[in-house]
Amino acid sequence: MSRKLLLEHINVPGINTLEVYRQKGGYRAVEKALKTLTPEEIVEEVKKSGLRGRGGAGFPTGMKWSFLAKPEGVARYLVCNADESEPGTFKDRYLMTYIPHALIEGMIVSSFALGAKVSYIYVRGEMMPQIRILEKAIAEAKAAGWLGKNILGTGYDLELYVQPGGGAYICGEETALLESLEGKRGNPRIKPPFPAIAGLYGCPTVVNNVESIAAVVPIINDGGDEYAKIGIGRSTGTKLISASGNLVKPGVYEIELGLPVEEFIYSDEYCGGIANGKRLKATVAGGSSVPILPANLTLKYANGEPRLMSYESLSEGGFATGTMMGSGGFIAFDEDQCIVRNTWNFSRFYHHESCGQCSPCREGTGWMEKVLHKIEHGHGSMEDVDLLWDIQRKIEGNTICPLGDAAAWPVASAIRHFRDEFEWHIKEPVKSQSQNYGIANYATPIEKAPVTEEK
Amino acid sequence: MLKVEEQTPVVFSSELLAKFDDVKSRYPEGKHKSALLPLLHLVQAEYLWVSTSAMDKVAEYLNIQPIEVYEVATFYTMYFLKPQGKYALEVCRTGPCCLVGAEKILSHLENKLGVKEGEVTADGLFSFRGVECLAACGFGPVLQISPEYTFYENLTEASVDKLIEDLKNKS
Repeated sequence: MSRKLLLEHINVPGINTLEVYRQKGGYRAVEKALKTLTPEEIVEEVKKSGLRGRGGAGFPTGMKWSFLAKPEGVARYLVCNADESEPGTFKDRYLMTYIPHALIEGMIVSSFALGAKVSYIYVRGEMMPQIRILEKAIAEAKAAGWLGKNILGTGYDLELYVQPGGGAYICGEETALLESLEGKRGNPRIKPPFPAIAGLYGCPTVVNNVESIAAVVPIINDGGDEYAKIGIGRSTGTKLISASGNLVKPGVYEIELGLPVEEFIYSDEYCGGIANGKRLKATVAGGSSVPILPANLTLKYANGEPRLMSYESLSEGGFATGTMMGSGGFIAFDEDQCIVRNTWNFSRFYHHESCGQCSPCREGTGWMEKVLHKIEHGHGSMEDVDLLWDIQRKIEGNTICPLGDAAAWPVASAIRHFRDEFEWHIKEPVKSQSQNYGIANYATPIEKAPVTEEK
Repeated sequence: MLKVEEQTPVVFSSELLAKFDDVKSRYPEGKHKSALLPLLHLVQAEYLWVSTSAMDKVAEYLNIQPIEVYEVATFYTMYFLKPQGKYALEVCRTGPCCLVGAEKILSHLENKLGVKEGEVTADGLFSFRGVECLAACGFGPVLQISPEYTFYENLTEASVDKLIEDLKNKS
């Protein structure tokens, strides 16, 4: 059994209440942090833990914290990014629904470390039930003296508020989130200045994902060094993986980083294999934005070594043969799924969610959607595949925020690995409307690279 | 698209205004515009949509220009700019849900309710639309019903039928 740090008590009845959460050792981290540690020492523990941002970018959390400017007399803010909207990702919703105090505890410790007196949890608007759960939990915590004035008699004051979004994927980008929290359209800001210098209301601000903040709790309880012992290489600790698609047991799993991908998909402890006895055709390993991989490259590197669930291993081989950890949204496609249709679906998503600020993204996402729609519905031509490649190249890297890249990568990777399937749709416009291309050779084991003897 | 046209003026109840005050108190002095998104949610929960007259009132309350409210209300997809059914059903239509049959659920809803996406049934009870990822991919197909945003997971045609019957009986 893999070690659980975040979801250890998830099945305990009543763990969503303060009382049961306390019985299971909850809020120990707040006591330890506020009474025995300085803010600098907490930042140091988080740095030692090697924790990397769990929202998608994987940037070291401790380092992000250490960039926070601390000018005299200026407020500092911690904002939790709970605008979980990346297709394939639903771990934060799960955490907030079932164990809301884990997030609140992490928010108190992190706010203390950063010197924030007011902190916000920005939750996507569609998650109204979770907003109600969090507000209730915050009220409980406040009534018990974990929030408000002079917490635990230490002189530290903290107010914590939940802010609903309005239904916009782009607000998961940290500067768009801050714009939205200021009551504006979610248009990402040009960086620099980074939020650490000028964030919410122009004040120094840290924006962290729900899971990153919740992970601060075990880091403070057990120490950064202990946390860093779990995992593999620079991928330390545990990670919540949202598993969806054609799996026997989709759901949220906490894994120790470094678990073989094959074990994650097929073992009964995790996803239990592909549903309905079918075979695996492809996966998107880290949320819709990361490159899609055929089954063979999902399970093994191009040289035949097994691929692991870690930041480094998932990106092994670069975009040519690898993908990314992203937010941990693991989507599995069985042999009957159509890659062209799915790519069109994702393109429609990015077109819908583009904020419209940068032309390459605003125009390019819509253009890709139209071309993909054409191919999927049997009206494509061979030039369309090259056109798609051309459009995505012109979006990638040419926008203010990463949504442009996120829209380009799924298209690029689908063409890179599944070009045959796109061409089949074009050559067989009638057949492709009633049949699927199937698994083809996408699951064929990759032959091991021949070993050349050293001379 | 927002149509800024003559609409019946609205008067916010004192209960609603008390909720407004509570939200406004969460932000630092002078930063009350931050309350805009939560306030629009409160308006929508009360009226089931956000009319321009209501937006004008919100602008007045926050002491900002009406256009600052319009630009926000039209940017975010959750705000209904025209009246919806009492129960507005929103079905996720993004990748992972489609892998497990979301498209079938959408066409089933269209047949069942006898209206197209975005239209309201004659009895005023239902409207539906496809929305992008609702962050419940492992439990798909899913739908949510505003204004409470209750979630229904692992949908089948039969469970959708039952849900609609239950809602009809409730009202």
